[in-house]
Amino acid sequence: MRDGQWRDLYDLSEAERRLLMRTDWGFVHQNPADGLRMSVSAGANVGERLMAVGGRHYGQIRATATDWLGRVEISADRIDDQPRSFSGGMRQRLQIARNLVTGPRLVFMDEPTGGLDVSVQARLLDLLRGLVGELGLSAIVVTHDLAVARLLSHRMVVMKDGRVIESGLTDRVLDDPREPYTQLLVSSILQV
Amino acid sequence: MYVAVKGGEAAIANAHALLADRRRGDRSLPALGIGQIIEQLGLAVDRAMAEGSLYDRELAALAIIQARGDLIEAIFLVRAFRTTLPRFGYSRPIDTGRMLIERRVSATFKDLPGGQVLGPTFDYTHRLLDPEIASGDDVPAPATRDTVPENAPRVTDLLAHEGLIEPDNPLDNAEDTVGDLTREPLQYPLDRDLRLQALARGDEGFLLALGYSTQRGYARSHPFVGEIRIGEVEVEFDVPELGFAVSLGRIRVTECQMVNQFKGSAKVPPQFTRGYGLVFGQSERKAMSMSLCDRALRARELGEDISAPAQDEEFVISHLDNVQATGFVEHLKLPHYVDFQAELDLVRKMRAEQQEAAE
Amino acid sequence: MSAAPSYNFAYLDEQTKRMIRRAILKAIAIPGYQVPFASREMPMPYGWGTGGVQVTAAIIGANDVLKVIDQGADDTTNAVSIRAFFAKVARVQTTTHTHAASIIQTRHRIPEKPLHAGQVLVYQVPIPEPLRFLEPRETETRKMHALEEYGLMHVKLYEDIARHGHIATTFAYPVKIEGRYVMDPSPTPKFDNPKMHMSPALQLFGAGREMRIYALPPFTEVVSLDFEDHPFEIQHFDQPCALCAATGVYLDEVILDDQGGHMFVCSDTDNCEERRAQGHRGALAGHRLEAGR
Repeated sequence: MRDGQWRDLYDLSEAERRLLMRTDWGFVHQNPADGLRMSVSAGANVGERLMAVGGRHYGQIRATATDWLGRVEISADRIDDQPRSFSGGMRQRLQIARNLVTGPRLVFMDEPTGGLDVSVQARLLDLLRGLVGELGLSAIVVTHDLAVARLLSHRMVVMKDGRVIESGLTDRVLDDPREPYTQLLVSSILQV
Repeated sequence: MYVAVKGGEAAIANAHALLADRRRGDRSLPALGIGQIIEQLGLAVDRAMAEGSLYDRELAALAIIQARGDLIEAIFLVRAFRTTLPRFGYSRPIDTGRMLIERRVSATFKDLPGGQVLGPTFDYTHRLLDPEIASGDDVPAPATRDTVPENAPRVTDLLAHEGLIEPDNPLDNAEDTVGDLTREPLQYPLDRDLRLQALARGDEGFLLALGYSTQRGYARSHPFVGEIRIGEVEVEFDVPELGFAVSLGRIRVTECQMVNQFKGSAKVPPQFTRGYGLVFGQSERKAMSMSLCDRALRARELGEDISAPAQDEEFVISHLDNVQATGFVEHLKLPHYVDFQAELDLVRKMRAEQQEAAE
Repeated sequence: MSAAPSYNFAYLDEQTKRMIRRAILKAIAIPGYQVPFASREMPMPYGWGTGGVQVTAAIIGANDVLKVIDQGADDTTNAVSIRAFFAKVARVQTTTHTHAASIIQTRHRIPEKPLHAGQVLVYQVPIPEPLRFLEPRETETRKMHALEEYGLMHVKLYEDIARHGHIATTFAYPVKIEGRYVMDPSPTPKFDNPKMHMSPALQLFGAGREMRIYALPPFTEVVSLDFEDHPFEIQHFDQPCALCAATGVYLDEVILDDQGGHMFVCSDTDNCEERRAQGHRGALAGHRLEAGR
């Protein structure tokens, strides 16, 4: 925690967990509609976390939101538009901005490129890699797409039936898989 | 020129006098008596009692006359009176297994102990307007059976012997007390006891529509009418001073036990589940709708997906009470000019700003 | 049927009154928190002040003097009806004078004249939950209050400013109580919000259909939500009351003809009458005003 204490997540109260959810953690849903408020403007979507932690200056909230839209390559003149009018890739980038605006330390991404077509995926991955490096944040990415895993991650764990069966540096796991299941996974993708 | 709006008191008094006049109607016709309403509009009385949640035919009949036949208004009158009654205690649960049956049908078994009893039903009547009723026809006395009716166990009890249907959960534990929605505020999520209470006094039309929606695929539950029974049951009251229960009298109720398919889960083998309906008086439509809704609202308990309006407890229970609903819908006709004034100013201001921006 | 029904003092039975009083006490102890109570059916419809009527019935005593207003006026039909109800079932003295009343039941307004210690203002509340139109689920809004998650409330205000350049909430403007609970002030115009702050009177809020009671004990801090750079503002009227020339009061617009002619008069009729009795005259006064037909 920010006060330097180690805490067991399962022992946290709901209040503490929810506080983490809007400060130190981010959660990027596979379907952006689950992680955005579709009927409020892009600016408010980004600003919500700021207001949730006490931001009370409209001008500053808006300036921060504009800045973040820029960082995720959404043009500033879309700030008052609702995400309904955004493409899938834009929605996903907006969701990322909404999560990163309070400077979380850990972001959980559930198949962030799942519903997107390949060219949009590449751009989003590029953006994510840049932001993660720039902000020095940790990200846990859940994916079935090994190409995404290789591109984004430093370390990898392979899970089967709800258990971790293998873990290690990404390159090691992908180039030298030890578990039969991992070997099957790696061998069953087309070489890119 | 300007005369401030005043004289509310006189206007109200006049309006109410006019209402009374309209209620009475043409004075050359005889006035309705409470007895006529009870005897000849019995199902209307039953509905006013059920949704008014007060079992008193005479009060319900009076309310119907006073409300000019507007049943929701009559229900409201009954409820408002009910508020003023002090609470002496709670009766023992009624035992519908010991009902004096007037009607009892099962759609799941052709014949069963106690038999099928059609009783006074609209079923199988041809809905042809009958001019003879208008001319005050003579109605012959109905046929009556001579034999003492045999014991009629509930269909769900018959199924329970084989474990084919989930058991009734008896109130074994002392802490399993039944709630009372008229005495404690509802707090979601609700347990089934409070839900059933809310459904029992809920609006018949609302529950009918929701029950119907489950048949059309919005939370389909494959229902069968295990049994509908109508008749009188004894109401008993435990008197601590006496140490035994005394009978307070009999009330007529309609009970519906809906039997529904359930696929089973990891923990529970496939078996039938129940939806339950119990209503004051004779009202099959209400009891059946109630049991469909009850079953739909058990989705959470049974681990089913909640995807349809009828399964949404907060939605259903918050909106099924017609006294609440009619009050709030109709309050829109009360003056709102203070708020409207505020909105008027805002719209003017925003229009002015837009015009400025355009120039 | 038993004999003609006879009713207890102030309609409700004593059991019920005690239950409501317990809820009121809890509400006073936790300012701004919505206390659930087992609301009863009253002889007036839900949405017509049953919550306020139950609160008033639970606190009223034989020596109380009751004033009832609706839209600021003592003579609107619903106010007349509620006043008549208590005159009948509690046989209490009623008044239209703000200063003379010990209990004032109101719908949509707070009297212009400052309230004094010992007075109780009872609000009729249709939707007690300030978060309701942002989040329809009771289970969720209860959690949001418990965890003080009020970010969503500001999202709405943010959207107003982004769209209109200013906050576009004009009534039922949300307030924060003693830095803790966000509360709905009932659909009073935001003009009245400052009057709630540090009021020497006890303020009780009753929502019958929604089964909630909440309260502001005397001298409670009540802050209207806003942004630092878009501070809360109340409505201002360009002209004084056409009858009593009062300024700084809330005015109703009265349509005079079908040519767009209109005038503005005090919403608080008692205040207006008193000013006229003191000799204040507005632009359109001088006509036959103390109407009644």
